[in-house]
Amino acid sequence: MVIGDEPHRPYDRPPLSKEFLTGPYDEDRLLLRPTADPANLDFTLKLGRKAIELDVEQGRVMLDDGEVITYEGLVIATGAQPRRLPASAGAEGASGLHVLRSLDDARSLREDLHPGKRVLVVGAGFIGAEVAASARQMGCEVTLIDLASAPLDRVLDSASGMAIADLHRSNGVDVRLEVALDHVEVDEGGRVKRSVLSSGDVVAIDTVVVGIGVVPNTGWLSGSGLTVDDGVVADETCLAAPRVVVAGDVAKWPNRSFGGRMMRVEQWDNAIDQGGYAGRRIVAAIKGDALATPVEPYAPIPWFWSDQYDRKIQLAGMPTERAELMQGAVADRQFVKAFLDEDDVVQGVLCWNRPRQAVLGRQLVAAGESVAAARERLG
Amino acid sequence: MKVNVDFDLCESNAVCMAVAPETFEVRDDDFLYVLNENPPAEHHEKVREAAERCPKQAITLEDV
Ligand SMILES: Cc1cc2nc3c(=O)[nH]c(=O)nc-3n(C[C@H](O)[C@H](O)[C@H](O)COP(=O)(O)OP(=O)(O)OC[C@H]3O[C@@H](n4cnc5c(N)ncnc54)[C@H](O)[C@@H]3O)c2cc1C
Ligand code: SF4
Repeated sequence: MVIGDEPHRPYDRPPLSKEFLTGPYDEDRLLLRPTADPANLDFTLKLGRKAIELDVEQGRVMLDDGEVITYEGLVIATGAQPRRLPASAGAEGASGLHVLRSLDDARSLREDLHPGKRVLVVGAGFIGAEVAASARQMGCEVTLIDLASAPLDRVLDSASGMAIADLHRSNGVDVRLEVALDHVEVDEGGRVKRSVLSSGDVVAIDTVVVGIGVVPNTGWLSGSGLTVDDGVVADETCLAAPRVVVAGDVAKWPNRSFGGRMMRVEQWDNAIDQGGYAGRRIVAAIKGDALATPVEPYAPIPWFWSDQYDRKIQLAGMPTERAELMQGAVADRQFVKAFLDEDDVVQGVLCWNRPRQAVLGRQLVAAGESVAAARERLG
Repeated sequence: MKVNVDFDLCESNAVCMAVAPETFEVRDDDFLYVLNENPPAEHHEKVREAAERCPKQAITLEDV
């Protein structure tokens, strides 16, 4: 049985900030398993129902309509939700204010992206940067702001982050860094009209999109006894309790490929991969032999892509402070860069419009290769 | 099994190549090449996984 609180058939999120906003994808194109007959699945799909409580001892999940589901094994994959602006920003409930996570969010944002509309994007992470690119492609006037000194500060080295800023500037986006949104002013009709930045600058706007990160959906687990700390904490095998596993954006677990570092990965490929692993893991746990016989830990090399304008940006593994260019030139926006640890072992590979190297890079990171091998294979 | 790729959908991100390198290859020209449209039985499982994993759902498989 699969339970989800959205009313929609399961769909793919990445296009929501890309092809769905700019037009080429309609809603049917977002569906996962579009040809599957919802009435004829080999599992029960309960949509539009929210889990509100978990009792790990009894193996029970309570739903918002009062139904109680008992389980032998539970997979927690409740994902994450966008962080909102603080109340002091004065924009709560205003029309023209958006976040982007769900199909409903994307539908309403799409309505607001028309040529000439002035769009402020708060936060230059992946979602913000992609929305800025899509809004620009729709002919909007776009301002992109971030507190950090470079876009994608959390995931990229600053030189690569600045290349993102340049990419947006050369496409006509007004990129402003080291500046925050102080507050938003709303007109009589309740629509956003002006934004005041921490620098004191005032930007006239029709629409604001807030992309300042996500918070794991763990509220319903308070009182469950599970450890929650920026995600549901699990062991190396994604087990959070004897019959509970976690997967996707909500999961936090030690990744042995990176020295057991606690990780929570907000990426599509990991959600698929970890979901599959969690399914196998929970079957092993139910069968009961799992705790006796060791299970291979879940130790992936994370990988994601982001599409902005005509650039495809991919990162395999993790960035570090030490980067070496393997091919191309950052200024040409077509390059491969390797991230190294102190011992020159490759920890991550960043590719701009070089998809093949992203696959090779992931293999290099997985094999624990050194920079010499990377130069040879990626150069 | 016959492998079809919708090249209008494919964005050359090489996910399929990571899963099934015997069948899919993205080359330096940034295009995806299907190395074998009728892969042998021992590769079917990987090819199915690749089709499932493709973020653009650009790969379809026919039973022949
Ligand atoms: C706009 C956008 C663009 C993206 N682009 C990329 C990209 O280019 N590349 C990339 O690698 N990743 C991208 N991602 C990230 C990727 O989509 C996520 O990592 C992935 O969706 C995570 O899957 P998940 O199943 O863990 O969580 P989710 O997809 O968030 O699914 C969790 C589901 O659980 C539901 N839920 C939550 N709480 C409850 C409850 N108590 N009861 C019932 N249901 C509940 C939620 O409503 C949701 O439907 C993007 C994400 C977004 C939003
Ligand atoms: S995974 Fe899909 S989109 Fe990516 S290269 Fe293969 S066919 Fe193309």
